[in-house]
Amino acid sequence: MANNPSEIRYLAPPTVEIKRKKYCRFRVNNIKYIDYKDPSFLKRFLNEQGKILPRRLTGTSLKYQRKIGTAVKRARHLALLPYVTDLMK
Amino acid sequence: MNQYETVFIVTPVLSEDQMKEAVKKFSAYLKESGAEIVHEDNWGLRKLAYPIQKKSTGFYHLIEFKCEGDLIQRMETEFRRDERIIRFLTMKMDKFAIAYAIMRRKKMADQAQTQKVEE
Repeated sequence: MANNPSEIRYLAPPTVEIKRKKYCRFRVNNIKYIDYKDPSFLKRFLNEQGKILPRRLTGTSLKYQRKIGTAVKRARHLALLPYVTDLMK
Repeated sequence: MNQYETVFIVTPVLSEDQMKEAVKKFSAYLKESGAEIVHEDNWGLRKLAYPIQKKSTGFYHLIEFKCEGDLIQRMETEFRRDERIIRFLTMKMDKFAIAYAIMRRKKMADQAQTQKVEE
């Protein structure tokens, strides 16, 4: 019998995800204006279907998330970004 | 006098000079109704992310101008009346947008410079 707990073999090593501190990239490198005219920059905040990524994944602050939202919607209006697509990346 | 930025897409069916004439019509309209055009930029023919009016490409054109607020309403009815324009978007620029536009223009100018030097 395993006399001390350390010898207990886990079936699979517990994958402890390294908790990377998320930061708001706009506040860090001091970007003040999000341009709706260059889709390549906005694509980083969209997933494969072209939907806007939530803050909990990108870690942006609320103020800049709203700016991203308006910029993406303007870009979609001007057909610089698709409304819905598959495997956009 | 606020600063505005408008981007509009001209239908690709037109020939080159018709397209230029359409663009000139709007900048002339702005000039004569008292707007001061800060910067004009032609992105040329670009592929649209989704078809608009069954067309998948369009001529993009950007105009940055300063004008009174009431001119925007009249300008947009002009856009709506002209059937060559398939889409337009007007935006009021705050101070960050203006600073960004100036910085972007400077970067474009530098790139043009370096390209000329390389040739």
